[in-house]
Amino acid sequence: MPDAAGRRRSRYGRPLDLERGRVDMTHGSGGRAMAQLIEELFARAFDNDFLRQGNDGAVLALPPGRLVMATDCHVVSPLFFPGGDIGCLSVHGTINDVAVMGAVPLYLAAGFVLEEGFPLADLARIVASMAAASREAGVPVVTGDTKVVEQGKGDGVFVTTTGVGVVREGVDVRGDRARPGDRVLVSGTLGDHGVAIMSLRENLAFETTIRSDTAALHGLVGAMLDAVPGLRVLRDPTRGGLATTLNEIARQSRCGLVLDEAAIPVRPEVEAACELLGLDALYVANEGKLVAICAPEDARALLAAMRAHPLGERAAIVGEVIEDPHQFVQMDTRFGGRRVVDWLTGEQLPRIC
Amino acid sequence: MKYIDEFRDGATARTLAAAIAREVRPERRYHLMEFCGGHTHAISRYGLADLLPGSVEMVHGPGCPVCVLPIGRIDNAIELARDRGVVLCTYADTMRVPASEGLSLMKAKARGADVRMIYSCADALRIARDEPRREVVFFAIGFETTTPPTALAILEARRTGLANFSVFCNHVLTPAAITHILESPEVRDLGIVPLDGFIGPAHVSTVIGSQPYEYFAEEYRKPVVIAGFEPLDVMQAILMLVRQVNEGRAEVENEFTRAVTREGNAKAKGLVAEVFELRRSFEWRGLGEVPYSALAIKSAYADLDAERRYGIAYRPVPDHKACECGAILRGVKRPADCKVFGTACTPENPLGSCMVSSEGACAAHYAYGRFRSATPGERSHA
Repeated sequence: MPDAAGRRRSRYGRPLDLERGRVDMTHGSGGRAMAQLIEELFARAFDNDFLRQGNDGAVLALPPGRLVMATDCHVVSPLFFPGGDIGCLSVHGTINDVAVMGAVPLYLAAGFVLEEGFPLADLARIVASMAAASREAGVPVVTGDTKVVEQGKGDGVFVTTTGVGVVREGVDVRGDRARPGDRVLVSGTLGDHGVAIMSLRENLAFETTIRSDTAALHGLVGAMLDAVPGLRVLRDPTRGGLATTLNEIARQSRCGLVLDEAAIPVRPEVEAACELLGLDALYVANEGKLVAICAPEDARALLAAMRAHPLGERAAIVGEVIEDPHQFVQMDTRFGGRRVVDWLTGEQLPRIC
Repeated sequence: MKYIDEFRDGATARTLAAAIAREVRPERRYHLMEFCGGHTHAISRYGLADLLPGSVEMVHGPGCPVCVLPIGRIDNAIELARDRGVVLCTYADTMRVPASEGLSLMKAKARGADVRMIYSCADALRIARDEPRREVVFFAIGFETTTPPTALAILEARRTGLANFSVFCNHVLTPAAITHILESPEVRDLGIVPLDGFIGPAHVSTVIGSQPYEYFAEEYRKPVVIAGFEPLDVMQAILMLVRQVNEGRAEVENEFTRAVTREGNAKAKGLVAEVFELRRSFEWRGLGEVPYSALAIKSAYADLDAERRYGIAYRPVPDHKACECGAILRGVKRPADCKVFGTACTPENPLGSCMVSSEGACAAHYAYGRFRSATPGERSHA
């Protein structure tokens, strides 16, 4: 609680040492140290009516409609990267999973697995970033949990978030609704997040100016559904990138897809980094992009709505759904040939010679 | 990408495709082997087959370093990591190559072996410096392009007295493998594999030059064009080969004049000569024992040679019975000819090495080209 002079005072004697302190086993023990961590770090940062009640769970009032629930674990390494960190990423990731179901995200829950010895300063940074992302998105974190594991049994911090939302009236977006003739759109440049992370990995001394695209997409989704309520498929191409997402959709909808390579937006610097690393931008993770599939007659309106939104300025129509019993995703290359864009195999590994 | 897009330009590709179409003679076929997996990958990834006339057939060669590594050598590496407790540093693709007992380096790692994926042998040196109490072995594989960096690492370890570092050397040589293919009964006597010319890998020639190919161009009367790895480089090389074949020439031509000379890189060759010597014979997957086709570490650097240091004993292991990698690596069969292609053998669960690396003929065909051989109504493997 702030005192008369506006300073924060701790009911635990000394406040948490957010400069030099470290997570220790007592922070997960259920005792006073844990209560202090929750109160002075988490509750203070996420502050809202639900958390202030101090209950084990949140009692939520939901508008009528179908409920969507999604959960996402975050184990990114490094924890801080150009354009974001595990904190905002964990908020955006789950909001996006709810949003691409055609729902308005309403509430989040957050679970933290902390490693003994993890600097409290870093934890505070991560929590502040989560709180800012949640506030900006208008989706509060209403409940949470913290556990501590011994040193060497975690990797600093893992964050799991769960989100709930309600599907908009009359909206039905699902992976199995793509039909031959439908158009495939993406909301912007591909591969930014994965390349930003790769550029920092320990054994890859590689400098780029590429920033993660991590962002909450529910605003963009809302604008798209306003323009085209009959939107058929929405998905966020995270791990495995666009290629993997489209293969999932092809399988669910029992159809094929043909992409036009020249139409797919990729930043030149991302393309250059992929070239050096032996990666393919189509398989690299995104955290602020979505794929949409709509009826051909809706494509123009949808594209216009996407481009009018700040997170969809570089949206493009990149392909078409076709009939194909093999459920192949194919691509007409810029070079003039055609090839399969297959499922990702293993990790995306660089070629060696 | 700056300086890259111009080598992937669709309009130029169509112009070259038209030139090739004009040049081919209606009465004959052209069987051209791209030796290197990098070319195989480029051909598949950019869909080059769609741009070539039907009479030009590309035959995939054995130039994928991961694919030609015999099972016994992977077994050796696994034993080093699992039984000798070393830190085994390896390039990524090698991790998934199937070895004996259903293992691979990836699976050995999951069972507790300390296998680390690295991007360059400098990473292996760094690990050895950072962890002085561990023995660190660099699993060196690859053709002439990856050999000079390995030589440098060995010299650097010697210079800095890095006592916990050694190299398990599996470097192989391009010209020896091409000669072996040309000498094979399928090509020479039986005529099962018609070969009218070769595309040689430019990155190899940036090191060894174009000169080493002159011998077999002359001896075997096969034209060679040394080409870069961008799709336009490959198209240009095909045009040059078609012309040579039509004119009855068998010369070494250089498409990649932007970096390849006849003599190659004297400094890199010097490094390799300082550290390595020819092996009398080396087993290649698919090709069997190939004389003078690989390098070993010279005795002057014996302390940095993992084979000597750990007394590694080589045991040849036959390929899986149903696997056609051997025939595919020799150009005798194509990926789709193999019974297990896409069924029992997929990139997720490879039986043979050609399905492992993205440069392997099977993996490239599976990833990029298999819609061509899919028949309507057949169930998708995806």
